[in-house]
Amino acid sequence: MLNLETAQSPHKLRRVAIEPVTRVEGHGKVTILLDAENRIHQVRLHIVEFRGFEVFIQGRPYWEVPVAVQRLCGICPVSHLIAATKAMDLIAGFGPLTPSAEKLRRLLHYGQIVQSHALHFFHLSSPDLLLGFESEVAKRNIIGVAAAFPDLARQGVFTRKFGQEVIAHIAGKRIHGTGVIPGGVNKPLSVADRDSMRAGINQIVDWSKAAVGLVIQLHETNPDFYKTFGESRANMMGLVDRRGALDFYHGGLRARDADGGPIFDQVDYATYKSVLQEDVKNWSYMKFPHIKALGADKGWYRVGPLARVQICDVMPTPLAEAERRTFLNVGGGKPLHGALMYHWARMIEMLHAAEMARELLDDPDIVGTDLMADKGPRREEGVGVIEAPRGTLFHHYRADENDLVTYCNLIVSTTNNNQAMNESIRAVASRYLSGHELTEGLLNHIEVAIRAYDPCLSCATHALGQMPLEVDLVDADGALVSRARKG
Amino acid sequence: MRLVVFGWGNDARGDDGLGPLLLERVARAAWPDVTTVEDFQLQIEHALDLDGAEAALFVDAGRDTPAPFSFIEIRPERGESHTTHALAPEAVLDVYARSLRRPPPPAFTLSMRGESFELGEGLSAEARERLESAWAFIQGLMAERSVEDWRRAANACAPTAR
Repeated sequence: MLNLETAQSPHKLRRVAIEPVTRVEGHGKVTILLDAENRIHQVRLHIVEFRGFEVFIQGRPYWEVPVAVQRLCGICPVSHLIAATKAMDLIAGFGPLTPSAEKLRRLLHYGQIVQSHALHFFHLSSPDLLLGFESEVAKRNIIGVAAAFPDLARQGVFTRKFGQEVIAHIAGKRIHGTGVIPGGVNKPLSVADRDSMRAGINQIVDWSKAAVGLVIQLHETNPDFYKTFGESRANMMGLVDRRGALDFYHGGLRARDADGGPIFDQVDYATYKSVLQEDVKNWSYMKFPHIKALGADKGWYRVGPLARVQICDVMPTPLAEAERRTFLNVGGGKPLHGALMYHWARMIEMLHAAEMARELLDDPDIVGTDLMADKGPRREEGVGVIEAPRGTLFHHYRADENDLVTYCNLIVSTTNNNQAMNESIRAVASRYLSGHELTEGLLNHIEVAIRAYDPCLSCATHALGQMPLEVDLVDADGALVSRARKG
Repeated sequence: MRLVVFGWGNDARGDDGLGPLLLERVARAAWPDVTTVEDFQLQIEHALDLDGAEAALFVDAGRDTPAPFSFIEIRPERGESHTTHALAPEAVLDVYARSLRRPPPPAFTLSMRGESFELGEGLSAEARERLESAWAFIQGLMAERSVEDWRRAANACAPTAR
């Protein structure tokens, strides 16, 4: 395949910009360079919004971090809260969490995953999937599928509401919650609140299972299309527990290559810099991490649902694991790399998170009152990693003897997927756009591929002062009119 | 009139905190039959917060909107916001109509113009003044709390916004 990251002679090409990319968080821009015959020469996903969080947090007391990070992103504040607090557990000197505290944090996390995945599927992606995005034949079939699910939007709203209730019960409030603190949680779950969630969880499990069924039906309308759209063979990374089972809250890092072969396994995430390297490129605010041992060209990887369900050995809940087996069979023993397969994997994960929440709500420890770990000496450094809804999320901090944060490095899920997203849109451009007159429907193919990753672009760009941005203004003849550079 | 007031924004991003700050004053005033809802962004589940309300008020910071503030009545609208994990107030009304299968309550937006939205900044001087103007305006709204009065206020407000 042609390398479409950088065109050989960009000044001779016509530039098409899709700006902003709709239905993703933050502000993304895709630029495509075409020649006179509409052949594609360059495709890039740029990040045009800028966050300076890593600098913003420096100089603040470390105990403020779990609250401050919730302002990092309006979409996944709970993910940042949990990852940052895991890092601060270490810096504050706490030992292992009590069973009740860990289970409450896990329940909070599963609630967040359910609501995030529900929003993406029921409201952000279903217009693409249910209404089709070009093919009339596919559209007719898909409308038939959609007719069988008239309550989809309603289920999405109530599933989100359930997730918000879980968050409010455990974090204390829908936003700015203070329930999760270094060393544990600061408030037990009342029996009444537990019972309230218990009353609703079976419905959420049922809707999640039905959502997996809907994705399968959609896939069956055009299996080859779903399997290959936006396909980019990528390494895959995520957390697994000691048995190799998927664990959203804690585990070791595992990476597999595009054929499913091992790259590394059970790597202590505190040593993430020994296996990962972050690069920058002069055309995007978002960093480009890769697996250090493989180098930048071959070491980029994919995270999130499509990676997680394929690198783990098992999902430790029965309904989700059965669905995962069905999913894996589509690949016939080889990993799947099509962008639209994310949707299927995401719904399997929603089902898994709902099942895990149900198990926890039945566990007597969830209403336990022993909530704080034993405290030892303060440490200088801490790394907290979780599997957030969009993928692996790293929070890394150092604090000085005055308890002030001196260093912060975040690798958010969308950043981990940066190169993979770029490769997916290049695959789509090569297959569907190249050589054709560009129409809105064709350009929407690009956006469909990006949305499949559910990127959160606003919290993916946070390296103040390190990332120059160059803006080229090109006229209709391809001539450079002006160039601005920042940073 | 049972009223639900939504205020959203990020108080760590300069004037984006205008909505939550005004909402905080509404909550402190503790007017009867007034519920307040704060969030970083509006989302589909906020449609359920409208249930049981006889009117809704959305307060937010605006970029390039009329200064000091605009006050208008809004109706359900399905349109997509370009950042779409977040919804516009009109889209929340639309989600209500589609999910609960009945018309949403009358709804209004009060949008205070912000000037700077950088991470780590406090309110700009202009935003502080606009917050006071909006607060005085809301106190007037609460004194005449009926949908018809609010519609008259919206009609009167539009031409005078500067």
